[in-house]
Amino acid sequence: MSWTPAEPMVSIKNVHKSFGDLHVLKGISLDVMKGDVICIIGPSGSGKSTLIRCVNALNDIQKGSIKVEGIEVNDPKLDKLQLRRKVGMVFQQYNLFPHRTALQNVMMAPVRVLKQDKSIAEETARALIKKVRLEGKEDAYPGELSGGQQQRVAIARSLAMQPDVILFDEVTAALDPETVGEVLETIKDLAEDGMTCILVTHEMGFAREVADHIYFTDRGIIVEHGPPETFFQNAKDSRTKEFLSQIL
Amino acid sequence: MSYKTDLPVMLQANPHAPEPFLGLKLWHILPIGLIAIFGPGLAFAQSTNEAQSPLSVLLDWAPLLLKGFAFNLIISFCAMALGTIIGGILGLGQISLLAVTRHSSWFVTQFFRNAPWLVLLFFAMFLLPFEMNIFGFKVPFPDWLKAIFGLSLPVMANVSEIVRGAVRSLPSGQWEAAESLAYTRLQTLWLIILPQCIKRMLPPWMNLYSILTMATVLASIVGVNEVMTLTGQALASEGGRPELLAPFYGFILLLFFIYCYPIARFTVWLEKKYAFIT
Repeated sequence: MSWTPAEPMVSIKNVHKSFGDLHVLKGISLDVMKGDVICIIGPSGSGKSTLIRCVNALNDIQKGSIKVEGIEVNDPKLDKLQLRRKVGMVFQQYNLFPHRTALQNVMMAPVRVLKQDKSIAEETARALIKKVRLEGKEDAYPGELSGGQQQRVAIARSLAMQPDVILFDEVTAALDPETVGEVLETIKDLAEDGMTCILVTHEMGFAREVADHIYFTDRGIIVEHGPPETFFQNAKDSRTKEFLSQIL
Repeated sequence: MSYKTDLPVMLQANPHAPEPFLGLKLWHILPIGLIAIFGPGLAFAQSTNEAQSPLSVLLDWAPLLLKGFAFNLIISFCAMALGTIIGGILGLGQISLLAVTRHSSWFVTQFFRNAPWLVLLFFAMFLLPFEMNIFGFKVPFPDWLKAIFGLSLPVMANVSEIVRGAVRSLPSGQWEAAESLAYTRLQTLWLIILPQCIKRMLPPWMNLYSILTMATVLASIVGVNEVMTLTGQALASEGGRPELLAPFYGFILLLFFIYCYPIARFTVWLEKKYAFIT
């Protein structure tokens, strides 16, 4: 299926997802254009994380359609590996591979999955580690790094696969307050480079600063959305207002 | 952080000063050995008798008994190797995505894990032929080979559980991270999951080996010429003198203790060493 950059890179249409009896997503639709940075905010348990985990098929959906560059995710014949080469993901708990050094964490997937030449992959990995400002930590094991440093390695690891879009699943939620800034800074760099990003976050100030579009979800639906200026200043829905008043 | 717990994995470990793995000192063994071997010997020496003292009888037989013990160790190595290979495969079968493989591996594992070792040994002894026809060649199948096979069955089942447990004990985030980097399931297992499992599996695996080594004497019941069988024969040929029983069996206990105790200590040391690496 051919896809052109004029179409949304990620197109989510009327997605429904249940875990058993628990109806988590109740018809969510949103489009992400190439180079967009979108933030999904909302109270805990509103389905934000589930939604982005559906985008790279970590969770399956029961109804609706998710297309990533024209690849239909809700398709029993989906080539998950092909999809996941296009979609990177960074997790709340970093999930680095603890038995490998920072450098190996970054270069392993390109070598094993993309079959890149080892020396080329290493060169790229070193450049990426430098980009996330961790020069000198190449040979450190994840256990020797702070949370913020681990999360930046995780971002570099994701970037090494040269994805077209990266999903960020509450990537600062498990961090110490003093290291949140360095991770957000790294994501901001990416956004400025034109990387397409979908973020689930509780960092409102950050969302306001980098997002092109903000979606507010509650109880499995999108309650309100808009560009940050209008969203934060002129929220119309009462649930959005209540949420924002609690957070800001 | 320090936890109030009796789980070894939760205990705080000091990475800079791991306890030496042999907390064993010579005097640990000596009292036991002395009592077992010299005690009856000395008692005997005090009574007047022209017969050879138990200690010198034991010394005469010691080389043969040591050979028998070496045979026990060979049986333990081979049964462990065989059981580990098959058990490893079975353990991976238990986490297969194919329901048929998963369920049948589970069943085989549970069946052999909940069977008495001696019964399995008897099964192997009497159900396996004494020779097999492999590609037209008659390959003899001696008792000790059957014993290895019989003992490898419970090892296999336990290794299978160790593998499954270790894989399950890893946080699911490791799988998800690997999946989202487009690793295939096989790559995920081989590159991400299993390397992290090795150190989790090592202590229980060594524990199992220790238990297996001690269980090799079961082979005496089915007539393999290992250390217990030889001891019985030696005692019989000495005319069944009752004062010989304690030194002879004490000697065997000592051999197993000297071999197995360091393994147990090493296991504890490994558990402590790995406790702080998550």
